[in-house]
Amino acid sequence: MRPTRGPLPRWAEILLLPLINIALAFLVVGIIVRIIGVDPFHALDRLVLGAVGSPESIGYTLYYATNFIFTGLAVAVAFHGGLFNIGGEGQAYIGGLGCGLAILAFDRYLPGWLMAPIAIAAAALFGAAWAAVPAWLQAWRGSHIVITTIMFNFVASALMVYLLVNVLIAPGSMTPQSRDFAPSGELPALQGSALNLSILLALACCVLVWLFLWHTRWGYALRAMGHNPEAAHYAGTDLKRMTLLGMCLSGALAGFVGVNELMGVHHRIVLDFPAGYGFAGIAVALMGRNHPLGVVFAALLFGALQQGGAELAFDEPAITREMVVVIQGLVILFSGALEHLPRPWLAVLLPRRG
Amino acid sequence: MTAPPAIELSSIEKSFGTVRAVRGVSLRIEAGTIAGIIGENGAGKSTLMSILFGLYHADNGEIRIGGVPVRMESPHDAIAHGIGMVHQHFMLIDSFTVLENLVLGVEGGFLLSDGMAKARAEVERLSGEYGLSVNLDARVSDLSVGEQQRVEILKVLLRGARILILDEPSAVLTPQETDRLFLVLAALRERGVTVILITHKLREIMAATDRVFVMRQGELVAERRTVETDPHELAELMVGRKVRLQIDKTPTHAGSVVLRAEHLRLVDGRGVPLLDDLDLELRAREIVAIAGVSGNGQTELLQVLAGMRAPTSGSLTVCDRTFDIRRPGDPAGRRAIGLAHVPEDRLRQGLVAPFQAAETSILGYQDEPRFNPRYFLDRPTIGRHCRDLMERFDVRPRLPRLRSSQFSGGNQQKLVLAREMAQEPKVLLVGQPTRGVDIGAIEFIHRELVKARDRGCAVLVVSVELDEVLSLADRVLVMFAGRIVGEVEPAGTDERRLGLMMAGAGA
Repeated sequence: MRPTRGPLPRWAEILLLPLINIALAFLVVGIIVRIIGVDPFHALDRLVLGAVGSPESIGYTLYYATNFIFTGLAVAVAFHGGLFNIGGEGQAYIGGLGCGLAILAFDRYLPGWLMAPIAIAAAALFGAAWAAVPAWLQAWRGSHIVITTIMFNFVASALMVYLLVNVLIAPGSMTPQSRDFAPSGELPALQGSALNLSILLALACCVLVWLFLWHTRWGYALRAMGHNPEAAHYAGTDLKRMTLLGMCLSGALAGFVGVNELMGVHHRIVLDFPAGYGFAGIAVALMGRNHPLGVVFAALLFGALQQGGAELAFDEPAITREMVVVIQGLVILFSGALEHLPRPWLAVLLPRRG
Repeated sequence: MTAPPAIELSSIEKSFGTVRAVRGVSLRIEAGTIAGIIGENGAGKSTLMSILFGLYHADNGEIRIGGVPVRMESPHDAIAHGIGMVHQHFMLIDSFTVLENLVLGVEGGFLLSDGMAKARAEVERLSGEYGLSVNLDARVSDLSVGEQQRVEILKVLLRGARILILDEPSAVLTPQETDRLFLVLAALRERGVTVILITHKLREIMAATDRVFVMRQGELVAERRTVETDPHELAELMVGRKVRLQIDKTPTHAGSVVLRAEHLRLVDGRGVPLLDDLDLELRAREIVAIAGVSGNGQTELLQVLAGMRAPTSGSLTVCDRTFDIRRPGDPAGRRAIGLAHVPEDRLRQGLVAPFQAAETSILGYQDEPRFNPRYFLDRPTIGRHCRDLMERFDVRPRLPRLRSSQFSGGNQQKLVLAREMAQEPKVLLVGQPTRGVDIGAIEFIHRELVKARDRGCAVLVVSVELDEVLSLADRVLVMFAGRIVGEVEPAGTDERRLGLMMAGAGA
């Protein structure tokens, strides 16, 4: 019999398939590394040690993973509503702007325990607002969200350059960045690493997203819309408002990248801090099967690749920064675009009962 | 006539699962004639033609084209044998011009302009010959429905078809456009093209065809020369003398009016009226059935009543609440005042395939306080609710956590029916209550509908199954072309008369 593309057992779907995908990616990476004249096992060794070899490197891995959790959740939430939000990059950027503006406005008057929630709320609000415009355009005007969200990334980028060069720049400064935040605008971080309290926010978001999607009526309606808009309409869900809600939640989650980056690390508003996290969120969500727990694991992997890759590039002159991007790209390719590649073989090996 | 028939089918069989859609059909159609195939919905006429066109593969039987046995593996084979099909839903690219649509797939050559020039000449010859005039440079989106259909016919002729299958060609046409279509068909016949017309409209059969084949429940039940038959005979043959289902049901005393629709109109984007000045009254404690051939506005009527679609004009009052019809529909609001709706297409509209059965069992009721004690959905309560529905309506397997898509079709249907009927609504709208369920379940569903009525519920049933309509309803309304064309008493109704009304041949 010909292999069918039937469903695999659940454990294979959730665990085996991603692991095989990663293994395939590393196989190809190994071949490439060999070609440019580096021992692949040595490179792997450096990569792994670089990611988890010391408390400091673990801290960095977790710090990167925090960003990936936020953007991964952002993509996942929208995806459950059938919305493909690829504007995480811009929403993170504008979320950071909201966070930064709140801090610049109040950091001299408010204590840290009061400043942090306000800044976090501002990040969510700004991120949500930036996602709300494409959502509105799709729901009420019929412009496709994929087009508008990606265009909004460029708008966000241009807007931030303008603001930082012309408006928010610290007086007398030569670099386009705001003044430093007062200590109340900083999140406590681990000594000697970028890891800060944002990771707790990220984990809380995972729990909240899980509760929202599967244990509230709004999450129920959002998922119904994602799977079957016609049935959702039949059930009385206002699809336009639900589109808006899903995208706002997604944008708010992406906006939290600004909290991790600006409150946690830079302590001022800087240029280009989203650095591709928004786009990587798509791969994280894909790999994590749009489930919060899966997103956490995928984010950890991506965080480790980011940190280990940086160490590897530092250690091995032959492996440049660009090479590390290639490695990440291959993992994304195999776990994202080619995720179904091994599926037919697995389906033959693991026939499903019934 | 010595020439072999254009088409000869012998003992064609086709089953889908346990349903025998076509049962041993044999027929001959002479070249250069117009043959009509008529039958109710689900009689197997479209399936039979899909087999001829290579869309389905027959389980058994033989197809001969011009006397030669052929195998139809795909529409490519059919086209190669000179068979062309014009589907009910046009397969045109709206943003292309007519000519661009015509050459699609037969562009010929590397440069588009060569093929286009050749095609233009050829199309102009064809359209002159058959009276199929269309502006070749117009965009398809700017054409009327009748013109779009002519493009479809031209497309088929351009590919060298000598046998033309038209599936319900008049379903989307105005009467004038239909007449014009028949002139074209006559011109085609004169030039030796064989035409097969699939329809359930008696008027068209009488007006356009030379021979008529009547299908019922997958079988060819009669073949007549059109001049030797009349609409009455055809209606009778189509409907057949079915044994009525027996339902234990006592006479009822209908109560006060709970749903009143007046002058409902619904016009689609192309300006075709789907509901045309329709009036409807529904009383408590009665079952009203709407009989009609599908596609005459029943689906739209249910959607409008259920709030899924806003009518163009008219007024609607449900349970003493008058709805502002200009506002877009609000299915949740209708549910809140006690209107439940079992959609016709339950698998597409009534459930969410990847959802657990428990989740599907609250679709539309997810906002109710009993499932939301505080901020969160009460999963254990929902699970119990689902299990309760499953037991009352015998949904198997009784696993609330199983995905909805993993239930069999019949059990999915029962789950949706259970959900809506268990709400004890004041108004219950049911589209095709027994479509896709087995015999045992049919009886059960009918009993439940009668029980709901006896509780005081006003039940509106839309069904294409005549025997169901007649055995279930206290009042039968006949719908044709977007309006209610008549009301009959179910007891002792002449089915022939009903069939004629359904076919629009006068009340």
